[in-house]
Amino acid sequence: MIEILIFGPLLGSLIAGFMYRSIGENVATILATSIVILGAIISWFVFLDIVPVDNGSVVVFDWIISGSLNSQWAVKVDSLVKVMLVVVLSVSSLVHLYSLGYMRHDHNWNSGEKYKARFFSYLSFFTFAMLVLVSSDNLLQLFFGWEGVGVASYLLIGFYFKKPTANNAAMKAFIVNRVGDFGFLIGIFLIFYHSGSINFLEIFSFFSDDNKIKLLGLKIEEVICFFLFIGAMGKSAQIFLHTWLPDAMEGPTPVSALIHAATMVTAGVFLTCRFSPLFEAAPQVSTLVLLVGVLTAFFAATTALVQNDIKRIIAYSTCSQLGYMFAAVGAGFYQAAMFHLFTHAFFKALLFLGAGSVIHAMHHEQDIRRFGGLRAKLPITFFTMTIGTLAITGVGIPLSYYVLGFNFGLSGFVSKDIIIEGVFASKNSYSFHAFVFLTFSALLTSFYSWRLVFLTFFGSFRGKIDDFNHCHEPERTMLIPLVLLSLGAVFFGSFFEFDFTSAKYQIFSDSILLSKENTILKDFHYVPVVVKLAPFLAMLIGLSIAIYFYVINPSAPRVLANQQPILYKFFLNKWYFDELYNIMFVASAKKIGNFFWKVGDVKVINGSIHGIGLSVIPYLVALASRLQSGFVFHYALVMIIGFTAIMSFFIISFYGL
Amino acid sequence: MIIPIEHFLIVSASLFVIGVFGIFLNRKNIIIILMSIELILASVNINFVVFSSYLGDLVGQVFAMFILTVAAAEAAIGLAILVCFYRLRNSIFIEDANTMKG
Repeated sequence: MIEILIFGPLLGSLIAGFMYRSIGENVATILATSIVILGAIISWFVFLDIVPVDNGSVVVFDWIISGSLNSQWAVKVDSLVKVMLVVVLSVSSLVHLYSLGYMRHDHNWNSGEKYKARFFSYLSFFTFAMLVLVSSDNLLQLFFGWEGVGVASYLLIGFYFKKPTANNAAMKAFIVNRVGDFGFLIGIFLIFYHSGSINFLEIFSFFSDDNKIKLLGLKIEEVICFFLFIGAMGKSAQIFLHTWLPDAMEGPTPVSALIHAATMVTAGVFLTCRFSPLFEAAPQVSTLVLLVGVLTAFFAATTALVQNDIKRIIAYSTCSQLGYMFAAVGAGFYQAAMFHLFTHAFFKALLFLGAGSVIHAMHHEQDIRRFGGLRAKLPITFFTMTIGTLAITGVGIPLSYYVLGFNFGLSGFVSKDIIIEGVFASKNSYSFHAFVFLTFSALLTSFYSWRLVFLTFFGSFRGKIDDFNHCHEPERTMLIPLVLLSLGAVFFGSFFEFDFTSAKYQIFSDSILLSKENTILKDFHYVPVVVKLAPFLAMLIGLSIAIYFYVINPSAPRVLANQQPILYKFFLNKWYFDELYNIMFVASAKKIGNFFWKVGDVKVINGSIHGIGLSVIPYLVALASRLQSGFVFHYALVMIIGFTAIMSFFIISFYGL
Repeated sequence: MIIPIEHFLIVSASLFVIGVFGIFLNRKNIIIILMSIELILASVNINFVVFSSYLGDLVGQVFAMFILTVAAAEAAIGLAILVCFYRLRNSIFIEDANTMKG
C-alpha cells in the first residue's frame, strides 16, 4: 500500500517523461495527475488512521552494503511521516490538477513545441523524491531524496530554459543549496563516524546514552546538530542561505506553489524535527536555530513590505513563515513547527495558486502596481486568496481556548499563535526577544499580505485597459484546487490542533522525543493573556495600516518612502544580500574560474596537448614508419625473431635452462 | 637397422632453417620465396611422418597428406599471384614489391 504511494509518482514520471510521444501529451499528463491524486487519497486514509499502517520500517530492498555501512531502501511510516505524506501528496495532486489548466497555453513556447508532458514528468519526479526523503529510515536514503528534490527544483526553476534569467535562477538555487548540503554531509559523516550507523533508530539509541564525546570542546551533539542545521538552512531558505528562494520564482507558478512554498522548503524543518532527540541534547545549537529562525522571519517580512512582484512577495512570506517554524524548533516545540508546516502548506499553496490565477488572467504580468480592481473580474480567485490571506495573517477569535477548549480561527491563526506562545514560554534565555520580534513580524506579515490583496483586487485598474477587459476567471481545473485549498486553510488549524499539540494525546509520541526538562507542551497554555492577544493585535494593526495606506489614502506609501529613503532602499534591495554575496563570493569565484579557464585550461591543458600533438607524436610516428620497409623478408625476419623469443621464453620458463 | 629418430629430426630442422633463411636472406626474386615456403612445409611433413611411425599413430601421416594438399594449393595460388605481379610490374624482383611501405 505504502509502496504504491511512494513509487506511483515515479512510475507516472517515467511514463510521462519517456512515453509521451507514443501515448500523447494529454494522456501522459492526465495519467501522472491521476496517479498523484490516488496517492493523495490513500495518504489521507493513512493519516486519519482509517487504514492501519505498520509503524516500523518496511525494507523494500538492500541498497548499499559495504563494511559496517548497511543501508537499506526502507519505508518508515510514523506520525511525522504521515503528516508529511498528507502535505506532499495533497498539495502535489492539487498542483498537478491546477497545472493541467495553467500550462495548457504557455506563451514561452511556440506552437508545436511539446513541453507539457515534460513538466508533469518533473512534477511527479519531484513528488517521488520528496516522498523518498520523508519516508526514509536512514540518512543515506534521506540524502538521496534531499538531492532528488534539489534536482527537480533545478529542472523546474529552469523550465523556461529559453529565458536566461530562469537558467541563472536555477543555477543559483542549485549552488546555494550545495553550501547547505555540504554542511549536511559533514553532519552525516560525523554521525556515522561516531555512532557507526546511519539508521535513525540506531543513531538515536547511540546518542541517548551520555556518551561524553567531545569535539572542538563542544558536545558531539552540538557539532552534529550545527552541521545538520546548516543543511536545513540551505533547503529551507533561512537567512544567509535564502537568496535562491526569491529568484526561484522564475519557474512556472504551480512549481512555486508546490516546491518553493509547500513542500521542498519545509524539508529542513522536517529534518530538524526528525532529529529532535539530538537537538534536544544540543541547547546551544537550539538557541542558534531560534535566533536564525526569528531573524529570518523578521528579515523576510521587512523585505516583503516593499516588493512589487506578486510572486516575490509571497516568496518572502514563505521565507518568513519558515523562520517561524525554525523558531519553534529552536524553542524545543517541534510539534508546533510541524503543525505550522502542515497548515502553512495549504494556505501558502493557496496564495501561490491564486497568484498564478491572477498572473494567468493578466497575461503573465506580475507587477502588482499594474493590477487593481480585479475583484469584479476574478471573484473566485479574489475570494479564495482573501481566505488565504486571512489564514496567513492569523484571523480568529482570540482567547477562544478558554471558552471552547481549542483555538477557534483560520489555520494560520492557530498554528502561528501557538508558535509565538511556545517561543515565549520556552526556557531559552532569548525567548522574550524572540517573542517580540515574531510578534512584530506578524504585524508586518499582516501588512504585506493585505497590501498584496488591496493592490491586486481593490481600487482601480492601473495596467492596460485591454488586459482588464479581456481578463476572466481561469478554467475549472484551476479553480477546484483553489477551493479545496481554501477549505484546508479555513478548517485544518482548529480541527487538528489537538492532534498536533496536545500534551497527552498528540500524535508525535513515536517520532518526536522531548527531553525531560522540556515541558513546553504544557507551558505554552499558561502564558499571560497579553502574550496570547499580542499576535492578534499585531495582525489588526498591520491590517489597519494596510487599509489606510492602500484603500483610504493611496498616496501615503509614496510619501513614507520619500521620507525614509535609506530604509526603503534597504528593504527594496533585500538588505543588499545579493550585492554582498556578489562582492564576497561570486566575484572571487569568477576570478578563480577565469584563472582556471585562461591559464589552467587554455595554457596548461590545451598547450600541453598541442605540444604533444604537434611535435612529440609526429617524431614518434616518423620513427615507427621506418619499421615499415615494405620488404617481405624484413617482416619475415621480425616474425622469426619474435617467434624464437617467445618460444625460448616459454621453454626456459617451463623447463629451466 | 633402425635409423634413430634424431637423424630424421636433424634433417627436418635443417630443412626448416634453410627454408626460413631462404625467405629473408634472399634479395632477388619471389620464386625463391615460394620455394622456401615449400621447403618449410616439407620439413614439417617429415616431422609429422617421423613422429607418426615412431609413436605408431597413423593420424600424423593423415595430416601429412593434408599438408601436401594445402601446399599444392598454396603453390598454385602463389604462382598465379606471381604471374599477375609480373604482368603489372614487368619484373619479379623483391625490391620492386615494396608498395606496402609506410
